[in-house]
Amino acid sequence: MFSHKIFETNTLALIVGIVLSIAAGGLVEIIPLFTIENTIEKVEGMRPYSPLELAGRGIYVREGCYNCHSQMIRPFRDEVERYGHYSLAAESQYDHPFQWSSKRTGPDLARVGGKYSNEWHFKHMVNPRSVVSQSIMPTYAHMQRPLNVSATIAGEMKTLRLVGTPYTDEQIANAVADLEAQATGGDAAKAVEARYPKAKTGDFDGNPDKLTEMDAMIAYLQMLGTLVDFKSVKPELVNR
Amino acid sequence: MANVEKDLISGQNTTGHEWDGIKELDTPLPKWWAYIFWACIVWSIGYFVAYPSIPTLTGYTKGVLKYSSREELSKDLALQAQQRGKWLADFQGKEVGDIAKDQNLLGYALRGGKAAFNENCAPCHGTGGEGSLGFANLTDDEWIWGGKLEQIQQTITHGIRSDDAKGRSQEMTRFGIDGVLKADEIEKVADYVVGLSSGKADAAAPGAQIFADNCVACHGEGGVGNQDMGAPALTNALYTQIKGDKASIVAQVTNPKHGVMPAWEARLPAETIKMLAIYVHSLGGGVK
Amino acid sequence: MTQATYMDATPYQDDLIKKFVLAATFWGIVGFLVGVVIASQLAFPALNLGLEWTSFGRLRPVHTSAVIFAFGGNMLFATSLFVVQRTCKAGLYGGAVLGTILFYAWQLVIVIAATTYVLGFTQGKEYAEPEWFGDLAVTVCWVIYLVTFMGTLYKRKEPHIYVANWFFLAMIVTIALLHIGNNLAVPTVLFGGPLWKSYNIYAGVQDAMTQWWYGHNAVGFFLTAGFLGIMYYFVPKRAERPVYSYRLSIVHFWALIFLYIWAGPHHLHYTALPDWAQTLGMTFSVMLWMPSWGGMINGLMTLSGSWEKLRTDPVIRFLVASVGFYGMSTFEGPAMSVKAVNSLSHYTDWTVGHVHSGALGWVAFVSFGALYYLVPVLWKRERLYSMRLVSYHFWIATIGIVLYICAMWISGIMQGLMWRSYDELGFLQYSFIETVAAMHPYYVIRAAGGLLFLLGGLIMAYNFIQTIAGNLRDEEPYEATVAAAARG
Ligand code: HEC
Ligand code: HEC
Ligand code: HEC
Ligand code: HEM
Ligand code: HEM
Ligand SMILES: [Ca+2]
Ligand SMILES: [Ca+2]
Ligand SMILES: [Cu+2]
Repeated sequence: MFSHKIFETNTLALIVGIVLSIAAGGLVEIIPLFTIENTIEKVEGMRPYSPLELAGRGIYVREGCYNCHSQMIRPFRDEVERYGHYSLAAESQYDHPFQWSSKRTGPDLARVGGKYSNEWHFKHMVNPRSVVSQSIMPTYAHMQRPLNVSATIAGEMKTLRLVGTPYTDEQIANAVADLEAQATGGDAAKAVEARYPKAKTGDFDGNPDKLTEMDAMIAYLQMLGTLVDFKSVKPELVNR
Repeated sequence: MANVEKDLISGQNTTGHEWDGIKELDTPLPKWWAYIFWACIVWSIGYFVAYPSIPTLTGYTKGVLKYSSREELSKDLALQAQQRGKWLADFQGKEVGDIAKDQNLLGYALRGGKAAFNENCAPCHGTGGEGSLGFANLTDDEWIWGGKLEQIQQTITHGIRSDDAKGRSQEMTRFGIDGVLKADEIEKVADYVVGLSSGKADAAAPGAQIFADNCVACHGEGGVGNQDMGAPALTNALYTQIKGDKASIVAQVTNPKHGVMPAWEARLPAETIKMLAIYVHSLGGGVK
Repeated sequence: MTQATYMDATPYQDDLIKKFVLAATFWGIVGFLVGVVIASQLAFPALNLGLEWTSFGRLRPVHTSAVIFAFGGNMLFATSLFVVQRTCKAGLYGGAVLGTILFYAWQLVIVIAATTYVLGFTQGKEYAEPEWFGDLAVTVCWVIYLVTFMGTLYKRKEPHIYVANWFFLAMIVTIALLHIGNNLAVPTVLFGGPLWKSYNIYAGVQDAMTQWWYGHNAVGFFLTAGFLGIMYYFVPKRAERPVYSYRLSIVHFWALIFLYIWAGPHHLHYTALPDWAQTLGMTFSVMLWMPSWGGMINGLMTLSGSWEKLRTDPVIRFLVASVGFYGMSTFEGPAMSVKAVNSLSHYTDWTVGHVHSGALGWVAFVSFGALYYLVPVLWKRERLYSMRLVSYHFWIATIGIVLYICAMWISGIMQGLMWRSYDELGFLQYSFIETVAAMHPYYVIRAAGGLLFLLGGLIMAYNFIQTIAGNLRDEEPYEATVAAAARG
């Protein structure tokens, strides 16, 4: 019979045995996700986050919203009915890190963009119970402070470019201008809309004179799930 | 091995090793344990054959069942559509007015409308549609944009000041910040409007003329409101956007606040929107 | 005492172990306390206090890191370094120096992690929240740990490596790989971004898979393999019985570590992860059932022949109950991995209930058992200050767990069913907010259960303080009362 002696008497053999045992699973499950082509569905409309949205996403991660909110609609009829089309892998392809989450204490947010008005989001973030009396979400009134990322946002975009987000030189060069223009809206934001199609522009927090964290947070929430046009998505291309 | 000894309680031999006083018995694997383990392995292999499972660098085995969880959904939705078939076609084909006249369909509309309302609209308009400051009350007789079924349907479908090009988009002039009226004029017109809403309007007041010159175009003669313009009536105390005291009226005339309601055309199926319109219409304030 | 002979001859680094024991006790209580706080916040949102630093989203990772890495980590250091010395008959490699550096560095890591989360610096990946500088510090600690542990194995005077050490070693090696693999990130400061921020190199679906390869195996190796190492020493030691089956040890060890790694996708069922990977996650989780139970069998059957100790020794009670809970959660886990079940349980409190039957029932209970064993041995006391307090701790904590997990099962299954329920006309029956409101009573019960569990922890700490001070509580010896109760 197979003898176990070598593993019990030779530390190195034990380590080698352990490493070989644990290597297989990870390799087989992770590597093909990079090499199989249809892992990320070919759909139109996905683009990197605009600077303001990116800043908002940063706040989303900072506050740990993923501890309560998923961003991953599963292909079940109740979820599709409640939240909209099921989420595609393509939709989080620029998400470092992904924010699918594993707990739905609050509703899924994958398609919350456009569901409410900016004003509602503002009131809700300042005090959720002022609009939804039974809510158990914390208050986020502190997001009314100025958004303090102008000095660093381009640096963040450059880092993201290194890890694979296709930001162009032009987008990076205009980072700060776009950041401010998106929250200003009107003609000022035309360039933002050109560089980041479907971006929502205008003041988000009811305070046009001030660029706040709330502006960024709401800009991010309002774009969630709005990029892919599902009328043009053919089911047979995304079934996998 | 030299140190092998028999454990008296279990009757098993030990393996002969000892660490800090701990010995081990040479008990064989429990049979039931091994059988269940094997069974799980065999079941898994069966599963690999049946379902998508083994990846290669460019693809994966699809399994003999050709299963896909997304395709399952399509089947499920088809089934759902079939189950709903008995009323779905009517909702898709008929106008809201005709649906509301059919007692049977009305029942569906009120149930389905309520479900969709509580999920999508209640966060703004409240669970009973009672609204709150800035978010229209849907239970009273006051309608900003009209309380007929078709008007409500239009409002829900395309929204108010939403991104939808067909949405209702009228905005009140920014009299103060755009310099149309001076501060003292605004004071005066506000006094007049306070009077209007408390039924004590003073036609001779200085504000009356300012009102006639500037506000009647939208809010109508005597401030009765104009639903085509989305200009609310000012003749009662049912305010939607502002508190209704003088200071808030001054603020409104200076720099008007405008409610935004999202368009639902892209989010909800047309039949659901019809149900919603009928449900909202039933909340108490619906206009024939 | 049986150790005395070795202790005289071999210079074990027990002062170091004492430090880890105290740290584990301390952080355990901190972690339970934060758990009670966040549990209460879900029941009463006003307890978020309206402050950014104390909001649920920032405190929840403080809780998970405190219990897993601070409490669990110090527990693993304490026990593995205690056990490896005794089962190798060798002092620690690196003497007291390496171990002491590890001790202080790890406490520093904990403090860094907790403060940065509260301030809002996080990578936003569950159980891997520390930012890049925290990750680097963890890596340094882990290298020291690996060197200390392996070095001691090399120095051993026993010909064979004891099974507890296989598990400890597998845990150390695998966690090293997982930690590095999952935390690969580029600090933004390199490109003029903020100093405290980084972007990890994977995105979307690949990131999800890598994260749960890590996350699931943080459970599998940190909270399972490592704690099985604890079980394999303290259960036979305390029960004074030989380990039930050496052959089972071998088979379940290799099967466990080989299969565990594959099970990560069960955290991603029905997501945008391709179906083939979900199939692997599900099947390997089911195959993992028996290898997991191998540990339970070896733990429980080791006691056969000394079942009466359950009545006379509350410490054994903790150990046995922990193995029982381990068996329960490793049955529940494979069940929840079946896609049909997961479609209901995922995203709900059922997962949280499962987590805590493993975390409270298994991880914490086996730790309490080990700690109650270690304190008198390390501080060379005749016995604990009070066995009766151990028994109180056991019952209070057990009631706490039962409240906690039953509340979560009910609320989780209820929520899952409410989400998917249709009325007879085919309309969704409940709006989301109605399901939130329905959770309220269960959140209150859970918070109460957590409070009891915390109370138990405080009783334990008190018992340790008195024991270390050299006091003996004036109480009827345990056996006598049991006998008296039995009589009449
Ligand atoms: C303690 C858990 C919790 C945390 C943390 C939390 N939320 Fe919520 N959230 C909820 C709950 C519960 C609801 C549903 C009730 C409501 O609308 O307030 C909700 C609702 C929402 C909604 C409305 C979604 C919809 O479709 O109705 C948005 C948007 C939202 N949260 C955003 C956020 C953001 C952004 C953060 C982080 C800054 C956050 N939440 C943090 C629990 C939480
Ligand atoms: C983001 C918040 C929000 C949501 C969600 C929302 N509404 Fe509204 N709704 C408003 C606001 C604000 C107004 C008033 C607009 C104005 O001031 O002209 C309004 C107005 C209306 C009106 C017109 C009232 C009138 O007096 O003419 C109807 C009808 C209506 N909503 C129905 C719905 C229905 C049905 C839904 C759900 C499908 C819904 N609303 C969802 C914010 C919202
Ligand atoms: C261009 C059209 C227009 C003109 C001119 C106009 N209004 Fe308005 N007014 C509106 C609209 C549209 C609203 C509703 C805003 C909303 O629903 O969000 C409104 C709302 C109001 C309200 C708040 C009503 C409520 O129910 O909350 C007051 C008060 C008001 N107007 C007063 C005036 C006065 C006084 C003048 C003249 C000085 C004036 N308006 C001129 C279009 C107009
Ligand atoms: C007094 C004891 C404890 C209480 C009251 C408590 C409470 C909580 C609460 C309220 C949550 C958040 C659940 C949610 O988001 O809905 C949580 C999460 C968690 N806790 Fe605890 N906890 C306790 C002890 C422990 C212990 C001892 C451990 C581990 C050893 C642990 C590990 C975890 C983990 C891993 C999670 C995350 C679960 C997930 O993501 O699904 N907890 N705990
Ligand atoms: C055979 C053993 C086990 C299997 C197959 C298993 C399986 C699972 C499954 C299916 C989930 C739910 C994933 C989801 O839907 O999001 C889960 C969650 C979890 N389990 Fe287990 N489990 C096992 C044992 C354990 C043990 C012993 C612990 C101990 C402490 C544990 C800790 C956790 C944690 C912390 C989570 C929550 C992860 C998160 O979402 O944050 N599991 N497990
Ligand atoms: Ca602003
Ligand atoms: Ca990290
Ligand atoms: Cu897992």
